[in-house]
Amino acid sequence: MKWILVSVALLFSLVFLLLPLVNVFAQAFSRGWTYYLDALRQPDSWAAIRLTLLVAAISVPLNVIFGLAAAWCIAKFEFRGKSLLITLIDLPFSVSPVVAGLMFVVLFGLQGFFGHWLDAHNIKIIFAVPGIVLATVFVTFPFVARELIPVTQATGTEQEQAALTLGANGWQTFWHVTLPSVKWGLIYGIILCNARAMGEFGAVSVVSGHIAGRTNTMPLHVEKLYNEYNAPAAFAVASLLALLALVTLGVKTLLEWKQAREFKRAQRAELLADSP
Amino acid sequence: MSIELKDVTKTFGDVAAVKDVSFSVHEGELMALLGPSGGGKTTVLRMIAGLEVPTAGDVFIRGQRVNDLSVQDRNIGFVFQNYALFKNMNVFKNIAFGLKIKKWKRADVKARVTELLELFGLGGLDKRYPHQLSGGQRQRVAIARALAPKPSVLLLDEPFGAVDAKIRQELREWLVKLHHDLNVTTIFVTHDQEEALEVSNRIVIFSRGHLEQVGTPREVYEQPANEFVARFIGVMNVLDAEVRDGVARVGELQFPGEGQPDGARLRIGFRPYAVQISNDLSLFPYRAVLRHTFFLGIMLRLEFELPSGLLLRSRMTKEEYVQLGLEDGREFSFQIRAYRVLAKEAAGLAPERDLAYHPPPTIGEHI
Repeated sequence: MKWILVSVALLFSLVFLLLPLVNVFAQAFSRGWTYYLDALRQPDSWAAIRLTLLVAAISVPLNVIFGLAAAWCIAKFEFRGKSLLITLIDLPFSVSPVVAGLMFVVLFGLQGFFGHWLDAHNIKIIFAVPGIVLATVFVTFPFVARELIPVTQATGTEQEQAALTLGANGWQTFWHVTLPSVKWGLIYGIILCNARAMGEFGAVSVVSGHIAGRTNTMPLHVEKLYNEYNAPAAFAVASLLALLALVTLGVKTLLEWKQAREFKRAQRAELLADSP
Repeated sequence: MSIELKDVTKTFGDVAAVKDVSFSVHEGELMALLGPSGGGKTTVLRMIAGLEVPTAGDVFIRGQRVNDLSVQDRNIGFVFQNYALFKNMNVFKNIAFGLKIKKWKRADVKARVTELLELFGLGGLDKRYPHQLSGGQRQRVAIARALAPKPSVLLLDEPFGAVDAKIRQELREWLVKLHHDLNVTTIFVTHDQEEALEVSNRIVIFSRGHLEQVGTPREVYEQPANEFVARFIGVMNVLDAEVRDGVARVGELQFPGEGQPDGARLRIGFRPYAVQISNDLSLFPYRAVLRHTFFLGIMLRLEFELPSGLLLRSRMTKEEYVQLGLEDGREFSFQIRAYRVLAKEAAGLAPERDLAYHPPPTIGEHI
């Protein structure tokens, strides 16, 4: 029975996960290294790569700050509307990314609530980089907070109180005590957040306007190349995203392994310390 | 006067955790805040530290009113129940934390931490992380960390709560020695009356947010201010006697009726050591059968039953026990040498607190 289940799971992941992944790289390199590099060096592809990096570089730090703040106040304080806040943090998980994108169009598009005002002040959000950043921030909103809330709750507030009694101010306490104690959860959250920020398609697709060389991120660019029957170039860009996924998985595994090792070491040390 | 509380009250929502508490701690004193859990003692400690703000009343440290002074500025050392060591820092960095925050010079920090490591018997452990230490070592690191910036007062929340019984005894003796050496004003919270009696110079006893008594261990043991203190400090036999014909009776036992009318009730309390036992059945007025002997090391606790079914407790040394030839099931005679009237209740009236103390009569005298 055990072996049947194991082989079903293995077969499934082989067919649906590993084969496509291998295929992406196979297709990307189907015409050799030079073609691969040329495809990436194409101005539009290069612009898409830069835009994706820019969007991630803005939205990940924003969500780190938000995630830390949210996890902090949820774990350390009791206040009205706490469960509402937790529900709100999860909202982007339950809303389809396309709906999220449309929401921003409704708000900031030319026909939207703020459309006239934005137009009058010559601020472009929809079909421009700010819109892409907004959509990405929204979609990746829960990742850091979700990872941090359980960690901060488990740590409690005593270490911070101890820092206060030793004369530390709020900032010193945060920097020297709070941040190090949630280090692993934070790194993990950042990795997941970053992977999603770079890979997001739906929400970004709605707000970007698909202007090649200007508002196309990598996932959008892959779609465009593919629709133009330029499969090798599409797969070349896609291989970068796939590589990102592999790196994310690798770092995640490493972190989990490190944490498990630290935990085991701590347990062993405790056993040693307790035995007379 | 190192620390003073004046009419301090603290409420959480509708619940008053501390009600109108006033007491003072002298410079250099080792003070215990004692009471059952939920008594408000930890809240009092946290208010002195500045981790809680009093709802009403004032807290003074060395004559300065500190109600509005933040934790950081009170110059206190606080040791948490579970020590709250910084998990991501080694022993050295834990102890050095407060000094670095106060911008001590590098060399001074090193000198001070090294001095404390030596003093606390933690030499060679400076590179260890908290999870690599035993319970006792963690506690010493926590105290060293709190003392490093030379606080004007050291506050400890249940300092012996998280270690096992054997280490606890060592730590108690160690704390007394430490206090003697450093002479820093120290306040600790405990729910263990034995611990408070053994370690402290003076004890503040709390129950349900009220201050019940302040006194030296001897005072609270020998002259408890009320029934709560009498029952909480040490073991006490407590009996409800009813007055008939001017004599308060419970089972076979008789006590003077204190001039109370028939039907009135007296609550009588006496310590186990006030029970005097003889193997001569005719020497003392009451007879009882030994039901169970508990060995507590050098002392023994005896539980005995009177013919009426009344169960009482006594204690004696092993030598006395052997001398009297006692064993479970053996009959003996006894008398009560000293007792207290804990409360008087005229029929139908609420109990009125009274603490008439009846000193031990000379041996053989009938109470």
